[in-house]
Amino acid sequence: MKVRISDDALAIACGADAVAAAFEKAGADIERVSSWGMHWLEPLVDVGGIGYGPASIDQVAAIMAGAAPSIGRIEDHPFIAKQSRLTFARAGKTRPTSLDDYYATEGWLGLAKAREIGPEATIEAVLASGLRGRGGAGFPAGIKWKTVAGASADQKYIVCNADEGDSATFADRMVMEGDPFMLIEGMAIAGLAVGANKGFVYIRSEYPHAIAKMEAAIKACAHLIAPFEVEVRVGAGSYVCGEETSLLNSLEGKRGEVRAKPPLPALEGLFGKPTVVNNVLTLAAVPWILTHGGEAYAAFGMGRSKGTMPVQLAGNIKHGGLFEVAFGITLGELVNDIGGGTDTGRPVRCVQVGGPLGAYIPPSQFDLPFDYEAFAAADALIGHAGITVFDDTVDMAQMARFAMEFCAVESCGKCTPCRLGSTRGIETIDQIIAGKDVEKNLELIADLSETMKFGSLCALGGFTPYPVMSAITHFPEDFVARDFVLRKNT
Amino acid sequence: MTTIADILTEHEGREGPLLPILHDVQKAFGHVSEDAMREIAGSLNLTRAEVYGVVSFYHDFRKEAETRPIIKLCRAEACKARGVEALVPVAEGQSRVKVEAVYCLGLCSVGPAAMVGDQVHARLDSQRLTELMAST
Repeated sequence: MKVRISDDALAIACGADAVAAAFEKAGADIERVSSWGMHWLEPLVDVGGIGYGPASIDQVAAIMAGAAPSIGRIEDHPFIAKQSRLTFARAGKTRPTSLDDYYATEGWLGLAKAREIGPEATIEAVLASGLRGRGGAGFPAGIKWKTVAGASADQKYIVCNADEGDSATFADRMVMEGDPFMLIEGMAIAGLAVGANKGFVYIRSEYPHAIAKMEAAIKACAHLIAPFEVEVRVGAGSYVCGEETSLLNSLEGKRGEVRAKPPLPALEGLFGKPTVVNNVLTLAAVPWILTHGGEAYAAFGMGRSKGTMPVQLAGNIKHGGLFEVAFGITLGELVNDIGGGTDTGRPVRCVQVGGPLGAYIPPSQFDLPFDYEAFAAADALIGHAGITVFDDTVDMAQMARFAMEFCAVESCGKCTPCRLGSTRGIETIDQIIAGKDVEKNLELIADLSETMKFGSLCALGGFTPYPVMSAITHFPEDFVARDFVLRKNT
Repeated sequence: MTTIADILTEHEGREGPLLPILHDVQKAFGHVSEDAMREIAGSLNLTRAEVYGVVSFYHDFRKEAETRPIIKLCRAEACKARGVEALVPVAEGQSRVKVEAVYCLGLCSVGPAAMVGDQVHARLDSQRLTELMAST
C-alpha cells in the first residue's frame, strides 16, 4: 500500500516524520512528497489520491483500513480546485529531489526550449509573459534580463534571492523544499538568456530543510544544466539581506549594508559584474513560461499584473496555506471565502499584506483586487503576497510599535532615517501608548514616517511607515489613552 | 578535531568566502572568537576590523559561546497573530534553556513556531513549549 506524506518543513514541524514512521512500521510503502499547501491539514496523508488530515499516529491503522474520516479526493478539495497552479503544479504530487518525477512532469522542457530558441527569443518570451519580480518590487523580469544581456563583461551572474524574511511568506521555502529542480531550471534559463555561467542561491539560515534540498538537487542535476553552475550560499539571520544590494554585499562576504543605486545591479552587481537578482518565485515561473509560451502566462491576471501569484494565507486564519491564483482576486475572497476567516472564530479585525513592511488593511477595504497598481493606489503593497490575518483581540498600537522595533533590530545602519528614525519611532509610540501628549506625538509619527519614507535608502526604512501609518489611519481608536482601550477589551 | 586552518583551507579559491567560513567556524566551535577572527582576517587579507564588522552585523554569529541549549521562538507578525506573545512568560520563567527571538521560520500558518538546531516545531501552546524546553 502506497502512502504519500510530505517532507516539507511545515509538515515535519506538525509531526509528519513520526506519522510516516508509524505507517512504515505498519507495512506501508512510504513516499515523501512535496506539500499540497493545505497547512491546516498537515500532516496530510495521501492514500491513492484520498486525503486524511491532520493525521496522527493513532489513526494509522484506521487510515490503512480505509475506516478513517477522509477529506475526499485531495485534488477535488475546494482549496485546491479553485487555484490556478502553474508554479505549484507539482505540489503534493512529486518527490522533491527525484529526477524521474521531475522528468515525468514537464521537467527540463523550458530549458530545452530556451536552448532551442536562443537567448534573444528566451528574453522575448519572458517579456511577453509580463512576469514581474515576485520579491515585492514588481519590476518586469524581462527588462532586467535584457539589461544584463546587453551589458558586456567577462563574467555575469544569476543571483536567486531566497532570503524570504517576511512574516507570512513561505512560498519560496515551499518551492525550494518541494520543487527545487524547477528553480534550478529557471536559473539555468536566466543564465542562458543573459550569458551568465554561474548562479548563486542565497538562502536564509532559518531554512535548513530548504538548504539541504537545494544542495541535493543541485548535485543531482549538475550534468543537465552544465556549463551553468549553481551554488547555495547561506544567510546569517539578517532580514535586510533580502534587499538585493545588501544581499550582494553579503554574498561578497561583507556586512549586509545597502548600496546606493545607481549603479544598478544589472550593470554592476555581484563583485561589480552584471547580475540578474531575481526572487525564487520569479525564477520558478520561468520554466512554465518557456514551456507553454509567454502569451499563455499573460492570459492569467489583470491590468499590468500578469500571470499567477502564489498567495500565502497565514496568521490567525482557519484555512492557512499556499493559494496560487491569477491576479485580480479580491482580498475578501482570499481571507473569508478561501481562508475561512480566523482560526479562533473571532471577527477579522485586519490583515497585513506584504510582510513586516506591508500595510494593515481593515475589512472595509476587502474589495481590493490583488493587483500591484490597485494596492499601490490604496497605500498598500502586495510585496511577496503574504497575508497575515488578525482577529479583534489585536492591539494595533503594539503592532505599530513592533513595526518600528523590527526596523530598529534589522536596520543595516547605513542611512539615518532608518537607523535613527526607527528607534525614535519606538520611543514616540511608547509615549502614545502611555497616553502622553497623544495628539502631538501622533503628528510627530506622521512627520517621522514621511522622512523615513522619502529619505531611506531601501525598502526597510522606506516602507516601515506603511504598517505604522495604516494602523494609525484605520484604527485610531487604539491610539488613544490606554485606559479606554483596556475598558473596550474587557 | 577541526581547526580554523582546516576550515580556511577548505574554502580556498572560493568567491566571497567570508560568510561560509564564519558559518563553519561557528558550527565547529559554537562561536567566533577574537582569535578566530584574527586568523581569518590574516588568511583573507582583511583587517580584523572588517571581519569583526561582519561578525557583529549578522544575528547568527556569536562572539562568545552559549553553554545552554537554544530555542529560537518566532516573534514575527504571523506568530503574534496566533498567540506567541502569551508564551513569552512561559519561556522567560526558566533559565535552563536560552530562548531567543527569531523573525520568521516560514511556518506562518501553523504558528506559534520554534526551531531547535535544525528541528522545527509548530502549533505550540504553553504545554508543548514547556515539553520542548524540558526535552531540549
